[in-house]
Amino acid sequence: MSSLIGLYSLFFGFSFSFLIVLNSVKNFRDTKNFDNRIIFLTFLQFFFVIVSFLGLIASFISSDFSNETVFNHSHTTKPLFYKISGTWGNHEGSLLLWLFVLTFFLLLFLLRSKNQPKRYRILTLLFQQIIIIGFFIFIIKTSNPFNYIFPVPSEGLGLNPILQDPALAIHPPILYLGYVGSSIIFSSTLSATALNYISKEWAIHIKQWVLVSWIFLTLGILLGSIWAYYELGWGGFWFWDPVENVSLMPWLALTTLFHCILVLEKRLILTSWVIILSISTFTLSMCGTFLVRSGILNSVHTFANDPERGLFILIFLFCLIFLSLFIFFFFHKIKRNDSDSFFWLSKESSILINNWFMMYFLSVVLIGTVYPIFLDVLSSKKISVGPPFYNKLIIPFLIPFLLAMAIGPKLKWIKSNLKNKFNLILLLVISLLISILITNNLDDGFLINTILITSSFYLFFITLRDLISRKFKNLSQNIAHFGFSLLILSILFNNIFSTEIITNLKIGESFQSKNFKINFEKVERKDKQNFKSIIGKFNIENSNGTIDQLNPELRIYNQPNIVTSEADIKTNIFTDKFITMNLVQNQEYFNIRYQIKPLMIWIWISVLLISFGGLISLFKKKYEN
Amino acid sequence: MKIKILSSFLVIVFLLIFIVFYKGLKNSNIYTPDVDIEKDIPFFKAQFFNSSNQIKSVNIFTDDNFYIVNIWSSWCVPCREEHSFLVKLKKYKNLKIIGINYKDNLDNAKIFLNELSDPYDTIILDQDGTIAIEWGAYGVPETFIINKKKIIKKIIGPINEINFLEIKEIIQ
Repeated sequence: MSSLIGLYSLFFGFSFSFLIVLNSVKNFRDTKNFDNRIIFLTFLQFFFVIVSFLGLIASFISSDFSNETVFNHSHTTKPLFYKISGTWGNHEGSLLLWLFVLTFFLLLFLLRSKNQPKRYRILTLLFQQIIIIGFFIFIIKTSNPFNYIFPVPSEGLGLNPILQDPALAIHPPILYLGYVGSSIIFSSTLSATALNYISKEWAIHIKQWVLVSWIFLTLGILLGSIWAYYELGWGGFWFWDPVENVSLMPWLALTTLFHCILVLEKRLILTSWVIILSISTFTLSMCGTFLVRSGILNSVHTFANDPERGLFILIFLFCLIFLSLFIFFFFHKIKRNDSDSFFWLSKESSILINNWFMMYFLSVVLIGTVYPIFLDVLSSKKISVGPPFYNKLIIPFLIPFLLAMAIGPKLKWIKSNLKNKFNLILLLVISLLISILITNNLDDGFLINTILITSSFYLFFITLRDLISRKFKNLSQNIAHFGFSLLILSILFNNIFSTEIITNLKIGESFQSKNFKINFEKVERKDKQNFKSIIGKFNIENSNGTIDQLNPELRIYNQPNIVTSEADIKTNIFTDKFITMNLVQNQEYFNIRYQIKPLMIWIWISVLLISFGGLISLFKKKYEN
Repeated sequence: MKIKILSSFLVIVFLLIFIVFYKGLKNSNIYTPDVDIEKDIPFFKAQFFNSSNQIKSVNIFTDDNFYIVNIWSSWCVPCREEHSFLVKLKKYKNLKIIGINYKDNLDNAKIFLNELSDPYDTIILDQDGTIAIEWGAYGVPETFIINKKKIIKKIIGPINEINFLEIKEIIQ
């Protein structure tokens, strides 16, 4: 029943697109004022999409297996929470969620842009409707979440157990808010370009959308990363997996875009940058959808592979790209004015320098992600691009990037002199000394590590000093940059000082290493609602006499029949102790992986700080300084 | 003029990308790592266990006979278990046993061999674990059976009674 309501609502919602487009075109040509009927129609479309989405959720909750999506991804013994989150834990449902956010954001845009020009609002709405119509057709034609199966199966196939996790239940919606927010930026930029409305007022207005999408995208990536850390049992938080990369690329573009918009708001320069970045942020998000959903890439993310879907998104994506190219080249007039020149030592030039670095990082990630596809098609060789590629190409360039990030905010717009040179140099020397102290005992990579740590400490100290001493002139920037320095520092220390032990142990055995002893005491069995669990009791004696109890878990899910390994992590502010165990087939041994990872929690905290900086900026009226 | 050239250039680039993605869609992407079926021996260079000389893989697998490549380590408990089978296999004349000593402490390894006897015809060192990766090993212990310079069987984990009988059958 709820599936049926969902299906019909979806069709109704789709039909409203035509009404909206018709009304908007008429309104665009004829009348002077914005026709408020359009807002009402948009609201109705949003309403029907939300009913459709709720219909799908209801089918999941009631385990209605006559619905194909529910049959494929749910099971009666699944806890209620995961029944609900299972709604978007699959291809069809996640697209419906995407559509839901699209229509919601469009409505929000119309409500929040009342003092913008009429033509601009309507044109943005039209571009947004193109995207919405594209998604409606995509869902109805290739990925209908309400397909009916007969005879009705008595039991569903179940949700992949590694997706049954709280972080992953909210990760997709948050990430989508970021992705879809970029669609508003895309439509708005296209219409502003077409109407020649790129101005300081527009920059102030669109900045909020950039910030909102950016905050959600940052949090979404963070959640995915935390999930990967404790669920995949590998102990890392970033795999450079294609699917992670496709979320990182829009993030990089969006971050750059934000900084460009700050410059635009102040000086009305970098307009081409803003347009190109707005277009690329959304196309990269779409490109991500294409790469993940078409099955063109191999990845840890499990989504159905269906070439027909891939083809549709591909064509749609390229239509959008060509549309934006057309608008950019035919409507964008580059205005030459006096303020167009840059003085080398100014805030805008330091932003510009770091924009180029960001573009460089973006291209590295882009090439690393799509190059295997190109190579496969052109020469049918299969390669896989891994961390060494990214580390080698990105890490050295982080050094000037960090330094510019430290100095840049100290500069003034248009033209400036450095004040307090003595202080800046003093801090640099202090950072250098500290990092030499830290890297002193390292065997290899002494030079690069020292310079890297120096530059991150430099940013760290400069932002920290501002945070403590100042007047909070630009708190948001300060916190975000401080968070970034903290992030880089934690990642560096985490990489350099992690230790890892992999060994096979029987129950009762122990493993002795230099600094600690792992005792495998016993295992306990427990039965839960939809899985059986085997919990290992480990006792770790550290050299300083303390003892840690760690209990990693193996879960044997009933439906689908999959064994997952749950890590047990002891977190404190200095280190994480991370242990996983895995079955070794046909033996009484368990494969034990024990890691000591310093500063793990600071990686999460610093990303939170970064997005918190964005949040403060969102509530600030105007960019000062 | 400049804009025209730039725009047409971009259009062409994007069209090319489109074509590549389109073709990529048609390629099947289900990648299965092929296990053991007649794979070539990887090429590597390694140091001997007993001397500091280097040897290339082509000089180890010189003839078309049977070889067993066993990845082991003194710290690996299951290696201890399977060792007796390797010792039993030593008596077959048409079989050479090659040991790859994986990420081990040399002294401990020597104690290990003294204690349990040394079944290996040749032992090479793999201090950083790269040779094991070349072989596509999942961990220690792992054993490969080679005939006519091809890998014909792979045993993941310690050799047990069943594996032992299988190996005997293969080489006879």
